[in-house]
Amino acid sequence: MAAVAHEAHGHHDDHGHHEEHFVSKYIFSQDHKMIGKQFLMTAVFMGLIAMLLSILFRIQLAWPGESSDFLSFFLGETWAPGGVLKEDMYLGLVTIHGTIMVFFLLTGGLSGTFSNLLIPLQLGARDMASGFLNMLSYWFFFLSSVLMVVSLFVESGPAMAGWTVYPPLSALPQAVSGSGMGMTLWLFSMAIFIASSLIGSLNYITTVLNLRTKGMSMTRMPLTIWAFFITAIIGVLSFPVLLSAALLLIMDRMAGTSFYLSDIIVGGEMLTQHGGSPILFQHLFWFLGHPEVYIVLLPSLGITSEIIATNSRKPIFGYRAMIGSILAIAFLSFIVWAHHMFVTGMNPFLGSVFVFTTLLIAIPSAVKVFNYLTTLWKGSIVYTPAMMFSIGLVSTFITGGVTGIILADAALDISVHDTYFVVAHFHVVMGLSAVFGMMAGVYHWFPKMYGRMMNVRLGYVHFWITLVGAYGVFFPMHFVGIAGAPRRYYDYSVYNDFDVESFNVMMDLNVIITVFAIIAALGQLIFLFNFFYSIYRGPKAVQNPWRSTTLEWTTPVEHFHGNWPGELPTVHRWPYDLSKPGSEEDFIPQTVPLMEGEEEH
Amino acid sequence: MVTKLIILLVIVLGVVAIAQMMRVYELSSKITKKNEHEISNRDNRLNAKLMLTFMIVFFVSVVYLILHYGWVGRGTAASVHGRDIDWLMNLNLIIIFAVFFLTNALLYIFAFKYVKKPGVPALYYPHNNKLEMLWTVVPAMVLAVIIILGLKTWNEATDEASAESIRIELFSKQFDWTARYAGKDNVLGKFDYKLTLDNNELALKTTATIDSAIRMMEEGPMGIKTLEAKLNDRNIILVPEERAKMEADLSRKERLIRLLYQMKQKHDTKDDASAWDDFIQKDTLYLCKGKEVEFNFRSKDVIHSAFFPHFRAQMNTVPGLTTRFKFTPDVSTAEMREIKGDDKFNYVLLCNKICGGAHYKMKMMVVVLEEDDYNNWVKGKMTKTFRDTYFPVMEEVATPEAPAEEVAEGGEEQENV
Repeated sequence: MAAVAHEAHGHHDDHGHHEEHFVSKYIFSQDHKMIGKQFLMTAVFMGLIAMLLSILFRIQLAWPGESSDFLSFFLGETWAPGGVLKEDMYLGLVTIHGTIMVFFLLTGGLSGTFSNLLIPLQLGARDMASGFLNMLSYWFFFLSSVLMVVSLFVESGPAMAGWTVYPPLSALPQAVSGSGMGMTLWLFSMAIFIASSLIGSLNYITTVLNLRTKGMSMTRMPLTIWAFFITAIIGVLSFPVLLSAALLLIMDRMAGTSFYLSDIIVGGEMLTQHGGSPILFQHLFWFLGHPEVYIVLLPSLGITSEIIATNSRKPIFGYRAMIGSILAIAFLSFIVWAHHMFVTGMNPFLGSVFVFTTLLIAIPSAVKVFNYLTTLWKGSIVYTPAMMFSIGLVSTFITGGVTGIILADAALDISVHDTYFVVAHFHVVMGLSAVFGMMAGVYHWFPKMYGRMMNVRLGYVHFWITLVGAYGVFFPMHFVGIAGAPRRYYDYSVYNDFDVESFNVMMDLNVIITVFAIIAALGQLIFLFNFFYSIYRGPKAVQNPWRSTTLEWTTPVEHFHGNWPGELPTVHRWPYDLSKPGSEEDFIPQTVPLMEGEEEH
Repeated sequence: MVTKLIILLVIVLGVVAIAQMMRVYELSSKITKKNEHEISNRDNRLNAKLMLTFMIVFFVSVVYLILHYGWVGRGTAASVHGRDIDWLMNLNLIIIFAVFFLTNALLYIFAFKYVKKPGVPALYYPHNNKLEMLWTVVPAMVLAVIIILGLKTWNEATDEASAESIRIELFSKQFDWTARYAGKDNVLGKFDYKLTLDNNELALKTTATIDSAIRMMEEGPMGIKTLEAKLNDRNIILVPEERAKMEADLSRKERLIRLLYQMKQKHDTKDDASAWDDFIQKDTLYLCKGKEVEFNFRSKDVIHSAFFPHFRAQMNTVPGLTTRFKFTPDVSTAEMREIKGDDKFNYVLLCNKICGGAHYKMKMMVVVLEEDDYNNWVKGKMTKTFRDTYFPVMEEVATPEAPAEEVAEGGEEQENV
């Protein structure tokens, strides 16, 4: 209703200089650009918390049992008595770090920010298909973020069963203190988050299918939009499964059902639940969980495709192959989930099938990498900070991707499953790649979001500290894993009892990792400073600072609801006419009609 | 407190310092009329050189890490299939390191070489079907090899255990492991979690254990009769919460007792023997060199994972489900100590699935003995079978009442929720 009223209102005003009310402009805004910025701000804040949590537990891992002022400053006497982290809280920190990073920063933050900002702008639409649902999506996200943060402060601690919250551990408060109130908040937060994500995704899909401007055929869409579009489809198909998994878990916890519980004695109490299966939860969880990896990764790959093409001043190599590989990855992502479960007791034959499907994903991934490389080849590279982060992404995508081959191979997974090798692998391929893509996006579209420029020099410093720090953290971690260190261990000194050689490897490397983690975290403060300073004090941006071809740079720098002051632009060509022979400029915007005798790509 | 203030002060001053630097930088760019979106050639070249430098430093550190830490930590595999896995792992590592070095090198070298040079335009090169076909087909072929070899090893590792393999059950709970050997008949006795009592921690199923579980449930200190008596006694005034809790406890136990009576009816007394001859082992797990062993895994409470890093073996233990894994240890502990040059070295069984606060301490030492030593050890254990520990005074008092008393004493802690 409100949406309709607003529409009518907007038309009536007919692009006049109507002053919007503060609340409708900044808080309950239905403008996709403002909602994108709201997602970004919330995600930056959540990311900061998750990063701080990781530093807290890294300190414990590098210097186990040593008193730390830093820990007691943040955790106080309850969770770090005498400055030494409590075992339970260690698990809580690990769990919430993972949850926030995967869902709140890299799903909500990445898709929420850039799908909202770019889908209407790059397609030539005045706004999303439903501005009201879009607003609702953000406020659900906000509410779930608040719940997740609040769960850190409850008396019995936050959820402590790992970000995958496998029952029975997550279902039984007797098993670990965090499975009480903390877990309840986790489940409700995630249920609301999923609602937010679904509303958002449906809106993105509808907008892409229906609101493309004249001439914007599907094969003239920038790869960013293709990535966001497919990501939204994956989300719509997989998130409901996580919701059902969460609901069944809520019922097991609160209504005495036995979906996931069977034959359990915990805390001296013999439970009557019988016939459920914890493996069922794992199937449901990873049916979302694996597509989730691509929900996180594809937007970053899309953003990078755009930035690498623009700043190499070259068309993206193999546009159609890039679309094809996005589609292939999206399809395959739904039939690989059980590679997370090779050693859960699942039938080994089933495992073989998943080995096969999982390794197939390497093919479209390889195509993407080689296409990026060929795009750089004989380019004329301009090093904006966004470009540097994009190159960083290609590097981490390779480095993390190749180790996936080992984990996908069931026989090898037996020896490295649930070790630090896994932690290293997914942090590099999913965490770093997605974060680098997100950073690239922020630097690239900052002028579009805030009408000002970020400082380039600080951007460089931020990039180099991040790249060195990130590899410094996660490369040695592979070797901790190969040495056999199980993940989610509070203290690796236990190795000292039986294998001194392994113990030495682990302790050496853990110190190195923590030092790099602290450096990388401090590097992010430079970004934060640059970001907030530039919002208010950065130099004013020009309309098309990166000399790009896509539609968002044809809108005026000043924002208003509706994007284009006059008619919507008409599209005449694909988005990658960069350095095209026969053209004077080294870029031809999509709005320029084909010249006489010019062939469209 | 003072240190905290100083830290805060340093942070604030740091932010102010950066802000001032930004102002100076902005003023100077205003003078030189430089815009933030126009990247100077100097900056471009600097970053291009840094890309190349980073690549070199990165590659050198990777090689250093491989040489220094690569295969040190876990040492050589101590099981037959473990060596196959290691061979395959090395092959895969060679392939992925080749790809890693090649593609990363191309990336950073291109990033260095093709930096913007004034007057040199970029090449318009939108696609090339032959090239794209090339990097679809080549990875596909390499992957085919990886998949075929991987599945071969996987099938061998997860194949059925042979009939003469040693059968051991590993029982996991927060936060320790208990092993049960199959005894003389090499058949593990049946179990049911409802039979868990202090003198029957692994809940083995025999006529006697079913009877005593029923007796405990009905007449034990927190049994059904006691609960009913308390709830019906008008002289006892209960807090409402307390009453609700006891009623819930009672209804739970009434459900369980029905199931126990059903179990008693269906129980086949012929199964008793296979349970009585099993023997239980804590703290250290003994294995026999060169003999295949098949593990059955159980869990009492949450999911754990039995992880033998040195044998390259791993399997989750799932409540309500029996999982299996088999392997043949073929390097004895003594031999491995020699190989490692560490006379304190021990094989170990770790928990590798998050299971609660003390997850990291949940372990069991593993010792691989030569066949003769192993047989001697087993012979010693045969005198302490489940029957021997369950009826400790059987020789003197051969009445079935004996275990009942035992249960009543021990049961108190068990049922005190």
